[in-house]
Amino acid sequence: MAPQSCRVCIKLRMASGSIPNGQSLSESSDYPCMPWFGMDIGGTLTKLVYFEPKDITPDEANEEVEVLRNIRRYLTKNSAYGSTGHRDTHLQMDDVEIGGRRGIIHFIRFPTSEMPNFLALAKSKGMATLITTVCATGGGAYKFEENFANEVNMKLAKYDELDSLIRGMLYVEMNNPMECYYWSNPIEYESCQKERYDFSDPYPFLIVNIGSGVSVLAVYGESSYKRISGTSLGGGTFLGLCCLLTGCNTFEEAIELATKGDNTKVDKLVKDIYGGDYDRFGLPGDLVASSFGHMNSSSKRNEVSKEDLARATLVTITNNIGSIARMCALNEKINKVVFVGNFLRVNPISMKLLAYAMEYWSKGTLKALFLEHEVIIIIIRV
Amino acid sequence: MDGKGIPKSIKLPETIKVFRNLKNAKRFAIDIGGSLTKIAYYSTLSHRRATYAKDKEKPLMSDDHTYAISESARLHFVKFETKYIERCLDFVQANLVGTREKMVGKIIKATGGGAYKYSNLIQDKLGLKVEKEDEMGCLIKGCNFLLKNISDEAFVFHRHANPEYEFQTADPNIFPYLLVNIGSGVSILKVESEDSYERIGGTATGGGTFWGLGSLLTKAKGFDELLELAEVGDHRNTDLLVGDIYGGDYKSLGLECDLIASAFGKVCHLSRKGKQMQCSEADVAKSLLFTISNDIGQIASLYAMMHNIRKVYFGGYFLRNHPLSMHTISYSINYWSKGSVQSLFLRHEGYLGAIGAFLKGAEQCGENYSWQENYAGSSALEPQPCTWLDNNVPFAQLEMDRWESPVSFCPLLSDPNNYIPDAVDLNVDHEARKYWLDCFEQSIDKFVDCAIASQVDSETAEERANQFKEQYIKRLHQLRKQPFAYGNLTVRSLLDTIQHCMKEFDFPDPYISVKQCENEAALSQLSERLNYLDSLPPEDRNKELVVSVLAGNMFDWGARAVVEIMENEQFGLSEAKEKIPDRPWLIDNLDMWLERMRGPAHNHAAIFIDNSGVDIILGILPFARELIKRGTKVILCANSEPALNDVTHKELEVILSQAGTICPIINQAVENGTLEAMETAQAGPCLDLSRLNSSLAKAITNVDLIVIEGMGRAVHTNLYAKFTCESLRVAVIKNRWLAEKLGGEMFAVIFKYDSGNTIF
Repeated sequence: MAPQSCRVCIKLRMASGSIPNGQSLSESSDYPCMPWFGMDIGGTLTKLVYFEPKDITPDEANEEVEVLRNIRRYLTKNSAYGSTGHRDTHLQMDDVEIGGRRGIIHFIRFPTSEMPNFLALAKSKGMATLITTVCATGGGAYKFEENFANEVNMKLAKYDELDSLIRGMLYVEMNNPMECYYWSNPIEYESCQKERYDFSDPYPFLIVNIGSGVSVLAVYGESSYKRISGTSLGGGTFLGLCCLLTGCNTFEEAIELATKGDNTKVDKLVKDIYGGDYDRFGLPGDLVASSFGHMNSSSKRNEVSKEDLARATLVTITNNIGSIARMCALNEKINKVVFVGNFLRVNPISMKLLAYAMEYWSKGTLKALFLEHEVIIIIIRV
Repeated sequence: MDGKGIPKSIKLPETIKVFRNLKNAKRFAIDIGGSLTKIAYYSTLSHRRATYAKDKEKPLMSDDHTYAISESARLHFVKFETKYIERCLDFVQANLVGTREKMVGKIIKATGGGAYKYSNLIQDKLGLKVEKEDEMGCLIKGCNFLLKNISDEAFVFHRHANPEYEFQTADPNIFPYLLVNIGSGVSILKVESEDSYERIGGTATGGGTFWGLGSLLTKAKGFDELLELAEVGDHRNTDLLVGDIYGGDYKSLGLECDLIASAFGKVCHLSRKGKQMQCSEADVAKSLLFTISNDIGQIASLYAMMHNIRKVYFGGYFLRNHPLSMHTISYSINYWSKGSVQSLFLRHEGYLGAIGAFLKGAEQCGENYSWQENYAGSSALEPQPCTWLDNNVPFAQLEMDRWESPVSFCPLLSDPNNYIPDAVDLNVDHEARKYWLDCFEQSIDKFVDCAIASQVDSETAEERANQFKEQYIKRLHQLRKQPFAYGNLTVRSLLDTIQHCMKEFDFPDPYISVKQCENEAALSQLSERLNYLDSLPPEDRNKELVVSVLAGNMFDWGARAVVEIMENEQFGLSEAKEKIPDRPWLIDNLDMWLERMRGPAHNHAAIFIDNSGVDIILGILPFARELIKRGTKVILCANSEPALNDVTHKELEVILSQAGTICPIINQAVENGTLEAMETAQAGPCLDLSRLNSSLAKAITNVDLIVIEGMGRAVHTNLYAKFTCESLRVAVIKNRWLAEKLGGEMFAVIFKYDSGNTIF
């Protein structure tokens, strides 16, 4: 039978008229039991979505069990949990309706490597007494299934990751007209600006989901999509290489370093080889010809800073993703490319690079699009 | 007879193994890369060339009238690490015959990233004017040249298969293809014809990224150390695999658990936990190699699919035929293209730029020539041990011999795209490989004896013959360990190698005296033989003609079993006929052939001949004469260069004129062109129909009967070839092992007639 805690999903699915997994409709008309959670357990980060109801009636408040109230308070009063958990307050979606309830959607993240601590915390808050099932997606939904069952008596209702990703994205776009944007004039780095993009007629489009690794999906309709490519050079590669090269520990640190660095001290540019533009093949002199191409020289290695190395790593990974995305779009004859995923969080450098790469190499025929809620859209199922 | 300029004593070949024949070097090119430099030069070699006396009154068996000096052309490519460039230029300067002044004003073509940096050095050392050539253009030119001229140049790599190297057969149409050049960065070039190509894309994640990041992350010194480190690392300690995320396969997407989900994705987990880093430098190096190779493979396959191209060749310093990198790139291309794109590697990938630079404007390499790899002078497939200049400078070399004619595919092949000359691939067939390597090693003394006997007047013959033996045995031992070292290992390539090594030690034609003797003896019997055949009723005559060809094919100095008989017994046509087994033969289409001979005459026949003496004169000539009598035009196709006791084109012309004095029919046929001798552009006892002399290929376009005779041409090669016209393959298998392998006994007969689906 369909678990109570999945009602969030079921309700939302009704709106879009598709009912996967053979779950019974009759239950979906009931108000679901709180709390409503969704999880995306990725290779590096776990993303937790929590719906905080704001329309609690006095009756309901009286009935509300203490444990539930404590959990709500714990989650909404804090924005940091332990040393590694964060609530992204800037992302929270106020006054949204889900399953007949109004409230706030909160977005919380923590490293997947902290999963044992998360389970211990959940156990200490008595979560197991409330719900028996949590909707989950991402690889960890499979990997940690047993841990959830054994340690906190929770069942994970697993949903296909890419399915969730696309439905989530369409839901957010529908609820937030300001969701989708692009970078205008990306060729000029300084004057480059965020502009709203009308995504009401989206199909077909490409989603490039940059997490630890990268997935590239072609979406032709609400339930018609395919994974066409991907690469293992993703956010995890950026962070991993930065850790090794600079000794930093977190994504935020790595991005901060990269912001202050200069990749041209690390990379070999076209002009470093040809003295200027390589006209014969239309390659501009400032183009990176070889990422890290200067670093086999020990004297050049002595001249670069941690910041330069972080920047070069970021540029390498970003350009590579841009290049693969562009070719996938061309091969699929699609001209809208939506970049999402954790890698782009607090990372305008990469977004502008991607926007630039799409614009420059396609001579303006491809558009790079971004979403405000790039972090979390996987969670909410439509 | 030209008796001038004949050396009485022949100098020993140079003992220096690198920069050979530098003294006569005529033209240079250089490709200076960040890590490797390649020098190319063209030189002429003086070889004693065996000539054949037209005048049969001249005495036989005297050494000095059978040789004349002739020049042949060779291209040399020498590859070494760029850090030794100064020493190498010094060496070249010291060994050039001409003084520096002689070089002044001459040009050296230069390409590669270092062409600019070292241009003054080259000018100073050699006095040559440096002329720079565009790198990409050179690569393409070099690639086209290799694909067209060198057998087994391209291969598919299967790391876990046996054999790992699957060499591609010659392709009559090499275009279109992609060339992915992995230097510091990566350039992807689309090549559509000899002189049209375009750079369709590239990526900055290339060899420089591997080298640069590797230098930052490990203590490895240099590119090679980094590769060695990668070889022993385990990327699972650094990379996040699908299994690490999902706990197993991700079935709905068909992603297997050992697939890399995020390169270096495990590193941050480790450091954040404050644990000791669990990955070693080797693990990081391996991860890096996988990351870069996978990425290049993916991007190359995306470009190939975008442009609808199936073949992708790889070049540049990153690969260097390194098995792990080739494997990763192949895997990646296959994965991302779902098998629709083929990744191909080149045996001489490192030489592309140098070859191209050399060819720019080199009139010695025009359309009128073709080239063949010299197995004696070329290095094995890397990474194999190479030659050393002094004690510590390693070298690799490629040498190519020039042919004075272009070559093309035999027009009679019904499926030239899939034509494989060799019946057995010794890379695949281990039993056959062991047998033939043993067999050649055991037979080598016969070749040595014969070589010495052919130059009785030379003081150095014995020493040279022993050097030949040493080199050939060394090669056989290398091939035992690395059968793929020179492309597909076949009986043909083993025989060709003997020929190349013999020539290297100045034994251009060890069997010349034997051939002459046998020809004289056979010619003396021709008249009587023809009278006898003419006296037979047609049915018996046709049968007897076939048996004579078979008996004639017994006279093979390449077959040990026969050599023993010939050395110890009186052995003539009638003795040979007795050795031919009773019918039915191993392959016996004689009845079909006799039936065919009752039908209309063929218009035009091409006969690829074998051996000398009894074979050509008492076997093939009467057979050809019969066809001519029926109204068929006949081309006799003989080797251009000597190989064992096989009759060469020049010798065949002499034989035909001598036979003409004996038989008026033959005389008339030669005069009116119904009997013609042509050369095949082959120099071995086997036959590669993908490399026929272009004039011959053109002449046989309308042939409706192709006859291939002998073990080398009709059994070791071409036994399974399919033709568009009628074909006849005739041979006696003079090797017990091979006969038994094919299901027969010693001296088993192959008489294979194929109507080629033609209807009469």
